[in-house]
Amino acid sequence: MSQHVVQPRIYYTIFAILMLCTALTVGIAFFDLGPLNAVAALVIAMFKATLVVMFFMHVKYGPRLTWAVVIGSVYWLGILLTLTLSDYLTRAWRTFG
Amino acid sequence: MTETAHSALAHQFDSLGQQTDAGSLGMWVFLATEVLFFGGLFTTYTVYRVFYSAGFSAASHELDIVLGTINTAVLITSSLTMALAVHAAQLGRRRHLLTLLVLTMALGTVFLGIKGLEYSHKFAEHHVPGPTFQFEKEYFRHAQIFFSLYFIMTGLHAIHMIIGIGVLLVMWVLAWRGKFTAEYFAPIEISGLYWHFVDIVWIFLFPLLYLIGRHA
Repeated sequence: MSQHVVQPRIYYTIFAILMLCTALTVGIAFFDLGPLNAVAALVIAMFKATLVVMFFMHVKYGPRLTWAVVIGSVYWLGILLTLTLSDYLTRAWRTFG
Repeated sequence: MTETAHSALAHQFDSLGQQTDAGSLGMWVFLATEVLFFGGLFTTYTVYRVFYSAGFSAASHELDIVLGTINTAVLITSSLTMALAVHAAQLGRRRHLLTLLVLTMALGTVFLGIKGLEYSHKFAEHHVPGPTFQFEKEYFRHAQIFFSLYFIMTGLHAIHMIIGIGVLLVMWVLAWRGKFTAEYFAPIEISGLYWHFVDIVWIFLFPLLYLIGRHA
């Protein structure tokens, strides 16, 4: 499993895509797209992170147990963000008390 | 099964392959705790950004987007050299491995140098939260929250970089002594996982701190 040898060509391709995405996200930041600025920046960041995890960190070729830990960590991060924001962002809705 | 006699094989494992899988799984579990460690800070940032978006946008403008972009490129390049180092280790190419580890550490050091330069600019501009903080009156308090988060998040990231360079230094010495072979290179792979994780943290820090709210 962990003995899988990835060809350097793949690493160079991923590197090129990561650099292009960096240029893209910086470029987008100079245009006013309203709330879409944050969305674009985060979508690009998540795409870049996924490439690093899959190829540089070999998860694509790794055992299923590794997948479970990776997905688990993102899932728990989701719980942290969702529950915290669902609290803070709705506090102003309070009508009494 | 064929590799049972390898000197690096600990007695509780059946094979080097199993040992490597167990080792990287352990690293991934540690990285999961790191995701939530940084996740707490990202959540804090998100809450304050939603509350004080105008102040955060104004403060974000004061960061140097050119240095930030250069540093992002430096760190991504260091991830490439790290991935290539693991590849060299897998093939048992000791010379390549040593060179690529040096390159990775050098790029990490360049990153820290540029970060230090940015920090010194912040001190000179009185953008460090505290009694000497200066900012336009309207956003004085909210900008301090932004810069507090900026220093805590990039500072913790920099500490991770320093630890990463230290780990790679140990790996370099071990590789120099010929400890790794095409059969046994798990420590290089696992150190690589840490290095790439630190890169991923920066992949999120960069847009959140430097880019969002830039245009306004």
